[in-house]
Amino acid sequence: MGKTLFQKVWDRHAVGKLPDGSTQLLIGTHLIHEVTSPQAFGMLRDLGLKVAFPQRTFATVDHIVPTDQRVEPFQDTLADAMIKELRKNCADFGITFFDIPSGKQGIVHIVGPEQGITQPGTTIACGDSHTSTHGAFGAVAFGIGTSQVRDVLATQTMALSPLKVRKIEVRGKLGPGVYAKDIILHVIRTLGVNGGTGFAYEYAGPTIEGLSLEERMTICNMSIEGGARVGYVNPDQKTFEYLKGRPYCPKGKDWDAAVQEWKQVASDPDATYDDVKVLEASEIRPTVTWGINPGQGIFIDEAIPSPEDLPEADRSSAREALEFMKFQAGQKLAGQKIQVAFFGSCTNARVSDFVEASKFLKGRKVAPGIRAIAVPGSQGVSKVCQEMGIDRIFRDAGFDWREAGCSMCLGMNPDQLVGDEICASSSNRNFKGRQGSPTGRTLLMSPVMVVAAAVTGEVSDARKVFSKT
Amino acid sequence: MSLSPIRKISGRAVPVEGDDIDTDRIIPARYMRCVTFDGLGDFLFRDIRQTPEGKSKNHPIDQVQFQGATILVSGMNFGCGSSREHAPQAIVRAGFQAVIAGNFAEIFFGNSTTLGLPCVSAKKEDLQALTQLVTREPATQVEIDLEKLKVTAGKLSFPVTMKASAQQGLLSGRFDAIADLLANLPKVKDLAARIPGPTSP
Repeated sequence: MGKTLFQKVWDRHAVGKLPDGSTQLLIGTHLIHEVTSPQAFGMLRDLGLKVAFPQRTFATVDHIVPTDQRVEPFQDTLADAMIKELRKNCADFGITFFDIPSGKQGIVHIVGPEQGITQPGTTIACGDSHTSTHGAFGAVAFGIGTSQVRDVLATQTMALSPLKVRKIEVRGKLGPGVYAKDIILHVIRTLGVNGGTGFAYEYAGPTIEGLSLEERMTICNMSIEGGARVGYVNPDQKTFEYLKGRPYCPKGKDWDAAVQEWKQVASDPDATYDDVKVLEASEIRPTVTWGINPGQGIFIDEAIPSPEDLPEADRSSAREALEFMKFQAGQKLAGQKIQVAFFGSCTNARVSDFVEASKFLKGRKVAPGIRAIAVPGSQGVSKVCQEMGIDRIFRDAGFDWREAGCSMCLGMNPDQLVGDEICASSSNRNFKGRQGSPTGRTLLMSPVMVVAAAVTGEVSDARKVFSKT
Repeated sequence: MSLSPIRKISGRAVPVEGDDIDTDRIIPARYMRCVTFDGLGDFLFRDIRQTPEGKSKNHPIDQVQFQGATILVSGMNFGCGSSREHAPQAIVRAGFQAVIAGNFAEIFFGNSTTLGLPCVSAKKEDLQALTQLVTREPATQVEIDLEKLKVTAGKLSFPVTMKASAQQGLLSGRFDAIADLLANLPKVKDLAARIPGPTSP
């Protein structure tokens, strides 16, 4: 009987059973950042422990970095203390740190793949729930808490119980103006924000196979928003092509051997799954969220549902969402005025996101009064965009082109909503208060839809706005 | 680490009503600019409890009759969202010892268990009954029996569930896995030698 990628990778990395019945799992690669690691290093010091495999941990700084003014010390003394602490910890324990002067700094989930640190068939852990992003390469990647960061630092392992595997097969052709972001928002809306609890999601089928690696990352990134801690795509030729020549990948004969090995980790054709769901790509349209969790989404031409029309379990959350968002059931989002457009985050701030959006933005202007910011996911992304002249297109349109970081995806740095501003956002979470203001309102959508909202000043169907392009 | 087994939690309970209480609501990201977990308890549920200007919204947690409560009672999908351990750390540092909810997001559940904060899942109607009871009679003693997986409060009694490995870990005092993980370090080194990590450029 065949095995899934998840089972193969799990079996290969299992050290053994622990007394509580869980499995001790080897973590091939560990990624850390400034928010969830300092306390872990503190625990390590308290216990008198060392980092067991420092060459398997990589650090960067993303959540707290200002994206406009990079002069140190940062104005925010708390943020400044955090970056200094990470520098010290990396120096003390011999960990590679993609620090700001390195030219390789960025959001941890963008830096890993960019550097070729993210590889198929391995296990990856990071103290951040969007670690599932790395699954796009056929890795099994876990978001973990700080005590587990400590465990991985001290032992390169952690205690886990195996997950069930749900195959999400997407078939058919995506319509024009429909993107990977719309697929994953549709998956979450269809299967629920906690539908994936206890599961790893395997995204498969012709539509997924047809996506680029960067699009696959967008999908895997938001697995956790559907409750699935792990999401992955089987590695294929595109995966190997994307990785070839990247700094931390094997070279020469070792590369060929690695590719042979990586080909073996894909799920077998006769693998058995705990669950299978099939979605038709042609049914997916550009999606926008109207509520306070990523499952509360509608197609751009649909109306916000009435709580009474939803399943009983979703009603109270829908009522709460309508009250918080100040929206009415039956209202369409198209035409809803926005105040802020945010183009960034580990979901959608890669080169291909900027390239695709720039095709439509070129020659257009951000609507008067709209605060529009574009934040490349890494210094590497920024550099490529500048070489291609993409940054110029954004700047000329009236976007503020920033330095790499998490920026307005979460309120940990100076990029924040003010009051109850409405933000068209390419990020991943629309939770109350997520973008820094307790009353701020987030509408999740694809990057091209963010650009459409920016130039019209209201939520718009990008397919209509850009139909002349 | 040798920790004391956790078999029973007894105390008064306070309701935090709603489904999908995410980790940004448990502790907003803007309060995570820190290098230790000290003091995080002060920001627990900040935006649920206070207006942006810092005025109390008179949430049950801040009501006089619930002072000293050690058990949180909430709805479905508690702790969804980010992997931040700051969330259960804030709960523990605010003096809570257990959470009873409909079900829990996976990463939050694991983080909480490691800290010795038991999270037990109850049926919706049982949660509603418990919420009503403690709202009406805040002095009610609530007991969570982790061995029998049962909650008792006054005349109310209902079953709860918990992942077996977490239950086992809490009952045996091995909920923090670090000692067990460290004990196998020689085996880890053998396995790691066969599975190379990223190649240095």
